[in-house]
Amino acid sequence: MSAISVLAEHRRGELRDVTFEMLVRGRELAEKRGAALIAILLGHQVDNFAQRLSEYADRVILVDHPDLIHFNPEIYRKVLTSLTKNGRPVLVLIGHTAFGVDVAPGLSVDLNLALVTDCVDIRFEGDQLIAVRQMYGGKLNAEVSFAEGEGLATIRPGSCAVRPLGLHGEIVKADYPAGEPPRREFVHYIEAPPGEVDITQADVIVAVGRGLKEKANLSIVEELASSLGGVLACSRPIVDAGWLPKDRQVGSSGKTVKPKLYIAVGISGAFQHVTGMKGSDTIIAINKDPNAPVFNEADYGIVEDLFKVVPVLKGKIVELRSS
Amino acid sequence: MEIVVCVKRVPQTEEAEVIVDSSGADIVKDRLTYDMNESDVYALEEAVLLKEKFGGTVTLVSIGPQETDDVLRMGLAKGGDVALRLWDPCFVHSDGYVTASILARAMKEISFDLVLTGCIATDDGRSQVGGMLAGLLGIPHASYVTRVEIEERTVTAHSELEAGLIQVNRMPMPALLTIQTGINEPRYASLISIKRATSKEIRVLTMDDLGLEEATVGGMGSTTRIMKLAPPEVGKRAEILKGTPEQVSDTLTEILKKKGMI
Repeated sequence: MSAISVLAEHRRGELRDVTFEMLVRGRELAEKRGAALIAILLGHQVDNFAQRLSEYADRVILVDHPDLIHFNPEIYRKVLTSLTKNGRPVLVLIGHTAFGVDVAPGLSVDLNLALVTDCVDIRFEGDQLIAVRQMYGGKLNAEVSFAEGEGLATIRPGSCAVRPLGLHGEIVKADYPAGEPPRREFVHYIEAPPGEVDITQADVIVAVGRGLKEKANLSIVEELASSLGGVLACSRPIVDAGWLPKDRQVGSSGKTVKPKLYIAVGISGAFQHVTGMKGSDTIIAINKDPNAPVFNEADYGIVEDLFKVVPVLKGKIVELRSS
Repeated sequence: MEIVVCVKRVPQTEEAEVIVDSSGADIVKDRLTYDMNESDVYALEEAVLLKEKFGGTVTLVSIGPQETDDVLRMGLAKGGDVALRLWDPCFVHSDGYVTASILARAMKEISFDLVLTGCIATDDGRSQVGGMLAGLLGIPHASYVTRVEIEERTVTAHSELEAGLIQVNRMPMPALLTIQTGINEPRYASLISIKRATSKEIRVLTMDDLGLEEATVGGMGSTTRIMKLAPPEVGKRAEILKGTPEQVSDTLTEILKKKGMI
């Protein structure tokens, strides 16, 4: 069976967007290859998900079992390995998400299939399978080939637009395989605690990153934020250093924001950050590195040391506002 | 508790220009500075904190040429007890799976209760060696770990999912955890400990020592291969404002004024 498979990702009663992004991408690959597009859904009492997926796939393989209520990479690997007994897939697409990264490497070992992670694009060139992924914090793109033109790929969320495919795939139920219980056991989820300030509600956000160098410098950026009536936010390194609380973090593991104005100060623009702010109306980036990937996302850029430009900019804004 | 920490020596490219070399599939490395991969620093600190609490040994393992000793010595200065360097010229261009296989071979020589790795390498950004190593060792694992609790032979790990949601999982030891940045506050090495680390022995294991064959390692043994490296094509690129800090600030305030933001 020459098929392109997509592993559906869902969490706490919701199919995640990356699933549909992968199915749209998988559709293009399947057409090119003359292969079937299969959505694989592992869960419990998720017939409604299977129905939705059937509009995006030639076939939905559904494995329904109480052990599949919560994501567990050991159980997923066991089930996915048993499904391949009916035929090895050419390509399996998995989200490059916390769940995807938890399951794909082990699955690649189990199935003895090549794995390329965090792909932003993937295509067939003749018999060759080529993935495009970023390296060095987004400064370079790498084209990576899979030996024998087959394998597993984790796909970066947001790298493909979703459109309706208008398919009516059949839903096929597959058995849950017997076997040892998993050694890893799900305990519970912990919600992110609400913060003092809800940055997702702000019209103006000034965010600071690693370029800040020292905690004492926060005030420079904070003053720029208040001069615009905005709030202060940050990228991950600032939270890691303990300079600002987690609820101020913009990015994949933090908040997603869409303000009218987003000013990124001393932020290089790794995708983990960009994914949380690219929906902003106007983006301004201030960074001394002209090659910083953040300039690919921004509308306006200033290539300058933040300590030279931010205080001057703040001064001008305060002046203008008081006149 | 016996803890193994896998660390990687990576070029610091955050503020540097990254240039593709003449092969078209690698970068020019001689002008870059190197350091221990960021999340590996947190993994090491977590290992040392656990050792301080429960006793035991922290073994550092890294794959790389002789220059890698600098990173291993810094790891020893920050609380590591033993360092192993795995190297053979044939290891060049190993992909994630081969890297994990080399590490797995070395683990046969070591007894361990816990294996810690960083959750992502800042150079290749693959986030796969830890999970593959757990698969090859046949032990349970958790990814993006931001908190570790140990009771008897059970590890409870908090994994960071999207949007700050935490998933808590429990598993028996031996286990592998890929550590997320921010889990702790990595210590600085004291001058005395740095000095002490310079005289510590770093054991080197070669391809032969590990019982590996040339056909299974490096570019030859890898099932994925970088064909081409190039700067990303940019669709929307920022309009760069030019001039002195004074001039660019004037231009920007004008823009903000026109957009009704001031």
